[in-house]
Amino acid sequence: MRKLMMAAAMALPMFGGAAMAQETLKIGYIDPLSGGGASVGEVGLKTFQFLAEEVNAKGGIQGKKVEIVPLDNKTNPQESLIQAQKAIDAGVRFLTQGNGSSVAGALSDFVTKYNERNPGKEVLYFNYAAVDPVLTNAKCSFWHFRWDANSDIKMEALTNYMKTVPAIKNVYLINQDYSFGESVRTTAKAMLAAKRPDIKIVGDELHPLLKITDFAPYIAKIKASGADTVVTGNWGQDFALLLKASADAGLKVNWYTYYAGGTGGPTAIKQANLNHQVFQVGEGIPNLDHPSSQEFEKAIRAKYDFSLFYPRAVNEMRMLAAAADKAKSIDPVKVAQALEGMEFEVFDGGKGVMRKDDHQFFQPIYISSLGERTEKEPFDEEKTGWGWKLVAKIDTPATELPTTCKMDRP
Amino acid sequence: MLELIVISTLNGVLFGMLLFLMASGLTVIFSMLGVLNFAHASFYMLGAFFGFQISRWLGFWPALLIAPLLAGAIGAGVERYGLRRVHRNGHVAELLFTFGLAFVIEEVVQIIWGKSPVDFRVPALLDFPAFTIFSTNYPAYKMFMLLVSIAIFIGLLIVLKKTRIGLIVQAALTHPHMVGHLGHNVGRIFMLVFGVGTALAAVAGVIAGPALVTQSNMAGLLGPILFVVVVVGGLGSLPGAFVASLLIGLVQTFAVSMNGSLSGAFGPLSPAYASTWLADIWGVTVAQIAPIMPYVLLVLILILRPMGLLGTRDT
Amino acid sequence: MSEITVSAAPPLPAAAEKFKFYGLWLAAAIVLLLLPRIFGSGGSLTTFSLIGISIIFSLSYNILLGQTGMLSFGHAVYYGLGGFLVIHAINILSANKLPIPLPVVPLIGGLTGLAFAALLGWVSTQRSGTAFAMISLGVAELIASSALILRTFFGGEAGISANRTKLLKLFGWNFGPQIQIYYLVAAWTLIAVIAMYALTRTPLGRMCNAVRDNPERVQFVGYNPHVVRYLAFCFSGFFAGIAGALAAINFEIANSAYLGAVQSGTVLFATYIGGIGFFIGPIVGAIFVTFLSLGLSDLTQVWQLYFGLIFIAVVLFAPGGITGLLMMHRPLLKAGTLSRMLPSYAIALLPTLAMIAGGILSLETIVHYTVNPGDDSHIKAFGVSFDAASPYIWAMAAILLIGGYLVARKTWTWVGHAWDDATSVAREKGIAP
Repeated sequence: MRKLMMAAAMALPMFGGAAMAQETLKIGYIDPLSGGGASVGEVGLKTFQFLAEEVNAKGGIQGKKVEIVPLDNKTNPQESLIQAQKAIDAGVRFLTQGNGSSVAGALSDFVTKYNERNPGKEVLYFNYAAVDPVLTNAKCSFWHFRWDANSDIKMEALTNYMKTVPAIKNVYLINQDYSFGESVRTTAKAMLAAKRPDIKIVGDELHPLLKITDFAPYIAKIKASGADTVVTGNWGQDFALLLKASADAGLKVNWYTYYAGGTGGPTAIKQANLNHQVFQVGEGIPNLDHPSSQEFEKAIRAKYDFSLFYPRAVNEMRMLAAAADKAKSIDPVKVAQALEGMEFEVFDGGKGVMRKDDHQFFQPIYISSLGERTEKEPFDEEKTGWGWKLVAKIDTPATELPTTCKMDRP
Repeated sequence: MLELIVISTLNGVLFGMLLFLMASGLTVIFSMLGVLNFAHASFYMLGAFFGFQISRWLGFWPALLIAPLLAGAIGAGVERYGLRRVHRNGHVAELLFTFGLAFVIEEVVQIIWGKSPVDFRVPALLDFPAFTIFSTNYPAYKMFMLLVSIAIFIGLLIVLKKTRIGLIVQAALTHPHMVGHLGHNVGRIFMLVFGVGTALAAVAGVIAGPALVTQSNMAGLLGPILFVVVVVGGLGSLPGAFVASLLIGLVQTFAVSMNGSLSGAFGPLSPAYASTWLADIWGVTVAQIAPIMPYVLLVLILILRPMGLLGTRDT
Repeated sequence: MSEITVSAAPPLPAAAEKFKFYGLWLAAAIVLLLLPRIFGSGGSLTTFSLIGISIIFSLSYNILLGQTGMLSFGHAVYYGLGGFLVIHAINILSANKLPIPLPVVPLIGGLTGLAFAALLGWVSTQRSGTAFAMISLGVAELIASSALILRTFFGGEAGISANRTKLLKLFGWNFGPQIQIYYLVAAWTLIAVIAMYALTRTPLGRMCNAVRDNPERVQFVGYNPHVVRYLAFCFSGFFAGIAGALAAINFEIANSAYLGAVQSGTVLFATYIGGIGFFIGPIVGAIFVTFLSLGLSDLTQVWQLYFGLIFIAVVLFAPGGITGLLMMHRPLLKAGTLSRMLPSYAIALLPTLAMIAGGILSLETIVHYTVNPGDDSHIKAFGVSFDAASPYIWAMAAILLIGGYLVARKTWTWVGHAWDDATSVAREKGIAP
């Protein structure tokens, strides 16, 4: 596949001619680059810039150099729409965004309406990290493509693993009080009840988003409930502080998480000394026995001081290139049509598919735990010395969930 | 149940004392200068980051001393070259000045230390569980926080009651203008009070930094709550701030430990209303609304007793 | 109202004044009409729409801060609630095919703002000053937090969206394209600005000023300051609701960010920077701050720092805001002594600009080394490219900053002297106070 891409990329400039090669394919990157969410947004931006360099080194997409246009949305949906409008004025036809389902919902809505009102000037929206299931269900759109597994898919994979662990008896759910936390909590309850009816849900907590400075009261509650396992969708400081408080109180449980690998997460795990007690569900980890992705990991670590947190971004960029090649055009409508149902060898190996029904990408999902490394785990995280270890791999078919999407196609 | 009550009380007192540590500086500044310092939480953050940096170079204990001094010096400078100038234009201008300052400090901290949390550790000397109660460990560091808060409370009270500057601050509580007319408002005292107030916030920062996260958004997280403490306790009243901190710490902690909701008390709502906004209110637990409790308290206090719990001067 | 307030109002303007006055409004309307002919791109139309919304919002805020002397930290509550109700209204109207066109929908937002202001205002306006500020802060936090809890109404963190084109069509306009939204916002801005200006000329508007300046005197003449504050609060809520409604129509989405502290803070910034002492102040501020918040983040990475510094600079050096600074020159203009100021301004401008340039240069260089140490040292800020690793740049930054500061300090004392001369002449002519 990749050889084909490279051949196509090298052959195309000859047909395109000099004038066309001058133009660039602009991708508008809309994420927080200032304020509280900026630490996450900047990692994403650098990842995409790195990927753009990779694509450009191979001759670009359809002979055009890829340029990432950073647009600061200050984690605010309204601001994102202004930035999207600005990007479109500047000639951007592809938008990508990931942080915050509220922003994603607003953008998907905006792009759909914009394309309806401005035929011939269509814009595509590539979502690399917003996981609200509604975006590929009730509110799905032809113009929206999602490369991250949505939170239901992740929970499906996670519970498929959890049902095989007999030690899990009492589960405590603690989540942030907003749409994502709510969906983690409801699907966890439903899926665990169906797959392991003997597991007791001993607690179900929602706490305010990013407002808690001391989790000690919540930890006291978890402790009092007698839980042996905690499932949480917490990210950022809500995750780090939760672990910190649990270490202070000496709480001994296993943690099943979505975002333990986010910025500050591994540091918090190491500080709390939770050796292989924190599990994460995701589409890839650095320490997989897959040479090409390990090469990539080495390259990105050499350039920046972070590890690849978004293997899905790699899939996104490579699939964009492949779809453009397949459509022999960078026209957004044709690229969208080419992407529908496209099968692709994903970054960490294995088959992925962009489902036509709802534009959700399905890929192998990995359960991993953070802790001391052996020779099989060459990479550590955040200079802690600890690294991710593969615990289980859930193959693509076992992650597929039905969708309620009824898509309007142009 | 008993377990939860004992532990929640302990946690509540701990959180309350941390709040007091920060609010004490704010209330002293207000009583003297009449300025609600919006940037106060920013000095708390500065304290934490200075503490982090200095503890890297010299260790935690020197940091505990030097970081507040540094932050206090910056605070004094802000008073001397900023606030005093703005003072002529009234209280709104002063308040807005500190508002803008908070913005700038946050950005500067982000530029220097980045936007991710820094690795600020509890000193090894205090990194052990002090005691275990109902199989829950209590870190020695938290006990240390508690002791420092109480020591500062007592120390401040003594300074306020026994020293000359304390007397002036006391007088400013009830007759702010009179103190000025008596010729006491020599700029130096104002500067000193502002410096001491910000240094106290920085002490809180150095101490809280390792226990919570040291990140550039830590000021925004605690800022509004500080105002609640100061207003509820009574503007300018140190014992009031102490009581209010404890009250808010306990209210929040206990609310978190409760799972009750209207649907729990009166049974589920009839299905006819299940998808209306009433269902949201019905299903909300006490724990979920815990963080907004302080604001409810604030609004109630301001309506029912505008001078605050132990305040002497009407706001 | 009573005779006292009527006689307190200024005498009726002469015909020429009147002509000038109405001419001004007419000119504003023509400018609004022609603006999209000059700047027609989607982005600039969005910017203009946002400016219009911001103007209404800031002016409504100034009813509180500038005219009645109430500092609010929670004005976005009424803006946001107006926005939410309008989104719900559009959804209900389009679902039931009710014959109400989009242009009247902002009125729903205004009425929502009014209703909530009437509900929450009575207790919070009992006092002014710090107590009012703190209550507004508490109420704002309460409502913003509830927005995340009451999911059915507020749609949680994602908010709720609507499609503005599904309403009754008026003259074949479906309000899909941004240009139509621009005209809608422009029309409402003009109406709201005129209405708020008229409000300042009413006896109530005059009483608001009296309450701001001396509430005790107001009581002596038989008014209850609480009632006056309450009425001002209600009007302010009404116009904030209209602004929120227009924002909701523009974005076709309403979420908890509408109600939050950032929104409340921005309107305070805009109003104060523009100048709270003059009616036109918030308008200037709204235009300035909207451009700044949209444009600054393109020019530099640390835009928030510049934002804060500009705000501090205004509070420190121009407490009357931009308008206050300009209006200071009015007596000089009338006395014909403004020309004496111009040379000293011109002299002071150069070193001041040099100082600012030096400051920016050193800031951006520092930012490069602390924030992106691994990147290429050839950086671009404010449209200018330079090499942050070059010692020449460092030297230049230092010279500009320090040299500029030293010279600027000198020149500004000259400006002070020139100012004193010019005003004393004006004073002799009996123009300046």
